[in-house]
Amino acid sequence: MADRLLITSSPHVKAPRTVRGIMLDVVIALVPASVAAVVFFGMKALTVLLASAVSAVLAEYLYEKATKRPVTVGPKGDGSALVTGLLLGLSLPPAVPLYVPIVGSAFAIVIAKQIFGGLGTNFVNPALAGRAFVMAAWPLHMTSDWLNPRTFDAVTGATPLYAFRGGQSVGSLTDLLIGNRLGSLGETSAIAILLGGAYLIARGVIDYRIPVGFLGTLGLGIFIFGKPGALFQGDPVTGILLGGALLGAFFMATDYVTSPVTPKGRLYMGIGVGLITLLIRYWGDYPEGVTYAILLMNLATPLIDRFVVPRYYGYAHDVEARRRANRAGGELS
Amino acid sequence: MSNRSLIGEFTKGLIEENATFRMVIGMCPTLAVTTSMVNGFWMGLAVIFVLTFSNVFVSVLRKVTPDEIRIPVFVILIAAPVVIVELVMNAYLPDMYRVLGIFVPLIVVNCIIIARAEAFAYRNSVIRSAFDGLGIGTGFMLDLMLIGAIREFLGTGTVTVGSMVFPPKPLFEPMAVMLTPPGGFVTLGILMAVLNILVQRSASKKAKVEA
Repeated sequence: MADRLLITSSPHVKAPRTVRGIMLDVVIALVPASVAAVVFFGMKALTVLLASAVSAVLAEYLYEKATKRPVTVGPKGDGSALVTGLLLGLSLPPAVPLYVPIVGSAFAIVIAKQIFGGLGTNFVNPALAGRAFVMAAWPLHMTSDWLNPRTFDAVTGATPLYAFRGGQSVGSLTDLLIGNRLGSLGETSAIAILLGGAYLIARGVIDYRIPVGFLGTLGLGIFIFGKPGALFQGDPVTGILLGGALLGAFFMATDYVTSPVTPKGRLYMGIGVGLITLLIRYWGDYPEGVTYAILLMNLATPLIDRFVVPRYYGYAHDVEARRRANRAGGELS
Repeated sequence: MSNRSLIGEFTKGLIEENATFRMVIGMCPTLAVTTSMVNGFWMGLAVIFVLTFSNVFVSVLRKVTPDEIRIPVFVILIAAPVVIVELVMNAYLPDMYRVLGIFVPLIVVNCIIIARAEAFAYRNSVIRSAFDGLGIGTGFMLDLMLIGAIREFLGTGTVTVGSMVFPPKPLFEPMAVMLTPPGGFVTLGILMAVLNILVQRSASKKAKVEA
């Protein structure tokens, strides 16, 4: 009887939502993008996705066994390693050698997540950290191992993103929407990603503010600066459909652990990701900046959380009091 | 004042008071020059030489050095062996001198050397200080060689010592990132964790045996 009496502080709202349930929702939302990847890039895509998902789960299992921590994978696990592995796989070019997803997943799980304490305490998105690592390790593979959709021929040329940056035409909008073009596994089919993103928003898993802030800022920026040599003549729709912007906006920037907790803070984070992506795309050396933009804003998340404090019911909008509270927080930390 | 044996003064630098992994000082050259094992070896050798002599000089002069100006005195005493190393290296190992570059003259302000002068040589006898310098320096050299070997192996696929290359051909596609600063940080962090685990394990075993 005594153990049924729970004494806790507020809030007392009980929700059936669990980490496992949320992760399951994300996996479901990733199904369309994964299927599209396999349809367009064939067995290669399937092996890359499997390799990265399996090695992520395996890495989590092995690390937890080695450090004698509770194992969080398997039938009763939280499913977060699976999500990380899938996301990493979807962000890789289709024809990469299999050691790229394996090393990337291992880095994502062990270095970016587990060493910092596991799920909930990692300071950057593990999948993106893994991607950044393999990008730095094998830059050639990460920027040239493309496959021609449907004919499955290896293509080492530039992706549409390069062409777009130079102001050339990049094919029809229909092809971009369906995914009939060069690119990383999960970034080509805009419809599949939008479907998954809509599912996540409808289920209340992610907050629409991050993708809206991100894509809105990016679109506005492309409209203003997108055409070389002219202002306000860019093509924001094509610019957003190209590259990893959609996948990043719906699935990566919205990671709970590494994004701000307040609604306003999330909007700011989205805007920040959009700005940095824009900077890297048009004024940087890398072809795509979504990975680094999200990683950088992950690092800024604690700062955003500290300065964007919601107004509490019953308290006046007291700037001085908030400043005092901030100062106290500063001394504590 | 230290009460170890002279051998103990030497061996404490290898693990117990290891500069890189236990005291975490001298990080600048540790990360910058460890892109290959040979770099680590020569940098380490330079530090052994400088550290041993600076320790001896500081210890010899410890009773006549005024407390208030001891740091400037240390720096001058350290700068002398550094200049020797720099000139000798420039004359006989010009290639290595070019690779190590600014990090050789920077040994003057390397915190390992200042730390040992301040924390050890300034309070201990000459012979003890010499052994301390040799030990800490040797530990530092082994650290650099270990980090260098790992980064060189993963970053280029082979480890080169003189004219020997092992393995003769890379067995996998080298990871360029290991030669960059992030690769250095990751290697350093993992090695530090492994060493800490090993030391903790042996300490808990020792505690069990004593209990």
